[in-house]
Amino acid sequence: MVLSSADKNNVKGVFAKIGGQAEAYGAETLERDVMFAAYPQTKTYFPHFDLGKGSAQVKGHGKKVAAALVEAANNIDDIAGTLSKLSDLHAQKLRVDPVNFKLLGQCFLVVVASHNPAVLTPEVHASLDKFLCAVGNVLTAKYR
Amino acid sequence: MVHWSAEEKQLISSVWGKVNVEECGAEALARLLIVYPWTQRFFDNFGNLSSPTAIIGNPKVRAHGKKVLTSFGEAIKNLDNLKATYSKLSELHCDKLHVDPENFRLLGDILIIVLSAHFGKDFTPSCQATWQKLVGVVAHALAHKYH
Repeated sequence: MVLSSADKNNVKGVFAKIGGQAEAYGAETLERDVMFAAYPQTKTYFPHFDLGKGSAQVKGHGKKVAAALVEAANNIDDIAGTLSKLSDLHAQKLRVDPVNFKLLGQCFLVVVASHNPAVLTPEVHASLDKFLCAVGNVLTAKYR
Repeated sequence: MVHWSAEEKQLISSVWGKVNVEECGAEALARLLIVYPWTQRFFDNFGNLSSPTAIIGNPKVRAHGKKVLTSFGEAIKNLDNLKATYSKLSELHCDKLHVDPENFRLLGDILIIVLSAHFGKDFTPSCQATWQKLVGVVAHALAHKYH
């Protein structure tokens, strides 16, 4: 899957709009994904976390995830290079089943939509979805 | 509740009757760990999983594969009561083992491939369809108590 220049501009636009809120969005994405009913099976990857409402660990982890997305968006011409270390980590240590990246992507889109409905036009939605897919692909690229 | 036709029940029991649970279980689990290497994340204490040869020969993999497929046999004996049959196992996989249910789907698909390799032409399209339904239902029952 290839990100067109229009896609790249759309993605950069979204993250520019989100700006400093990215970390909060990241936290909220995980809360929706991990804690709330949405996808309870994703909690199996966090047995070492307190997953109660308002958990500092979940917030902290959400910030990390968001920071990686921001980094990828800022270096959108070389997502693979930018996320190479994270890709190694997921392949060798974390080994999160690939299906979960789609789930996280879905929750991130839901969070963006809920906070910025005007930003998420159909075209931007498509670009952001592609971007999130691309990130997921990079993170699972070295799995086998 | 899932409905099973008489034909489906026949296709399930006739295949299952000819399955060597120990061999088939060992092969299915080994293939899971080889084809989807990230599934090895649950088996850090199994010793040498460094190559397909190591995995196939690993006694812990064989033993665990047999355990898993034996449990699958329980499901087949209780097709009309699967959720209840697997209730405790489901809780175990969620609360203690922390296994992503996606892994049940992956193993189910691998099992079907193993059966197909073993039975060849006898594993007809109807057989596969019925067994895909079965592994899907088993995976669902195992995931049912997740919270």
